Amino acid sequence: MNQVAEYFGNITQSLKTIAIGMGVTFRHLFTPAVTVQYPTVKMKLPERARNRLYVNIDDCIGCDQCSKACPVDCIEIEIIKSTPEDDLGITSSGSKKKLHVPVFNIDIAKCCYCGLCVYPCPTECIYMTPVYEFSEFDRQNLIYNYARMSPSEIETAQLKAKKMDEELAAKKAAAALAPKPPVTQPIPPPANTAI
Amino acid sequence: MAEWILSQFPDSILGYVIIGALPLLFILPYALVTIYLEMKMAAHMQDRVAYMRTGWHGTLQPFADILKLLQKEDIIPTAADKFLFILAPYLVFIGTYATFAVLPFSSQYAGSELYLGIYYVIAVSSITVVGILMSGWASNNKWSLFGALRAAAQIVSYEIPTALALISVVMVAGTMNLQVLSQQQSGGIFDWYIFGGPFPIVKKLLLIPIMFVLFLIQLTASMAEVNRTPFDIPEAESELVQGYNTEYSGMKFAIFYLAEYANLFVVSAITVVVFFGGWASPFGNYLNSGGWELFWFVLKGMFFVSINIWLRWTLPRLRVDQLMYVSWKVLTPFALVCMILVGLIVVSF
Ligand code: SF4
Ligand code: SF4
Repeated sequence: MNQVAEYFGNITQSLKTIAIGMGVTFRHLFTPAVTVQYPTVKMKLPERARNRLYVNIDDCIGCDQCSKACPVDCIEIEIIKSTPEDDLGITSSGSKKKLHVPVFNIDIAKCCYCGLCVYPCPTECIYMTPVYEFSEFDRQNLIYNYARMSPSEIETAQLKAKKMDEELAAKKAAAALAPKPPVTQPIPPPANTAI
Repeated sequence: MAEWILSQFPDSILGYVIIGALPLLFILPYALVTIYLEMKMAAHMQDRVAYMRTGWHGTLQPFADILKLLQKEDIIPTAADKFLFILAPYLVFIGTYATFAVLPFSSQYAGSELYLGIYYVIAVSSITVVGILMSGWASNNKWSLFGALRAAAQIVSYEIPTALALISVVMVAGTMNLQVLSQQQSGGIFDWYIFGGPFPIVKKLLLIPIMFVLFLIQLTASMAEVNRTPFDIPEAESELVQGYNTEYSGMKFAIFYLAEYANLFVVSAITVVVFFGGWASPFGNYLNSGGWELFWFVLKGMFFVSINIWLRWTLPRLRVDQLMYVSWKVLTPFALVCMILVGLIVVSF
């Protein structure tokens, strides 16, 4: 008897649930779609969305903090020291710039948008923008170059820095004979534990 | 209509060819409309919008799809049995197309007014099983073979409740001729067999609940016969890639698709003819001439096609054992009981 009740119970239940399900889908047939026509209509991004990085190179002091923070090593920074007579200007937050930044490349293809480079920047000049459509046909184009020094500028800066370094070294040598660094023995490799 | 066409081309095979090709005039536009309808309904049920860019609200998308399929490379796997592989999709389509011969689109047009109409439909539509098995076997692919086996088991099982449900109606109507069946129900909406048919009131009232159950059985079983969700285990994408048509591409795949959609209309049309008055207008003699008959038939057919689509995007897929359970332990006994009850009613009134 129990089984008979279960049999008919199952049938009525399935009919009922099918009707409920059809009701749900029917209601949704007339609810407005939640999707948007993407390239023409865009959804509003969340406030702290992380997309394409931007570097305001004018404010960059070349401290390399961002590059160090990056877990995938996709920021490449090279610096040249400036000489005391150079005036590189100040950042918008007021600190004085002391380093030339001849190379500032972000390989955005490697970037995982973690945003870890953004927080350590002392001048807040590297930050996320709301741009997220930047696909390219050539992978090389995804290496963004933010540095703005021309080759000749770089050369003069390098020469100056070299000269300054040499002068400094000469000064040091003149001041006192530099104590020789202790001679270090190369550590022998661990003995091969042959079995 | 058939006679008229034949008389235009005496002593020539051309007349027969034209008669044979007439249903294509319906199937091709119908398939385009249904593909569009299905995509749109599916999308809106999921709160999406489906295609919007090709033409107004994506209305040209089905054409684009067909153009795309025409251009696709027609791949035949090296390990496949070439002859069967090529033959299979056409066989599936032929099985479906042949049933169009008896569909009464209006009182004037039916390819053939066969006395054994319903019997013929059930028999001929089973040819698709052969085609599906053939495609699964010839593909030389495990997924395809599994899909084909499941399809064969499913279609054969569900043919029984369908046949039993239809037989009950045939007992009431006393004819298997689809044209006559439609004629009997042409006296307005309450003469339709779902509402007991054109009979005196007592018999009618007794028949209505039974007819309703029979209708549900026929609807469920016919959905299973066209392999659509929730009965799409032969194609079950998540389990079998695409089932029996995994290896097909290009035009052959399109023909499978066309056959599926055509088949969908056939089963809907059978439901319409048997339970919902065929080409008969719901208002008796009002709006019941020439073109209107075609209109009502297609409208009702499309209504059931939409219900099929609606169910497809509502219900999840059944398991193989559940599928067999539904067929053998639920639909078949119910159909048998209904048949006996109908028999008693027919005998005693
Ligand atoms: S967002 Fe993350 S991965 Fe991208 S550059 Fe910054 S630290 Fe590197
Ligand atoms: S952390 Fe900021 S200031 Fe320092 S190198 Fe990176 S971008 Fe420039």
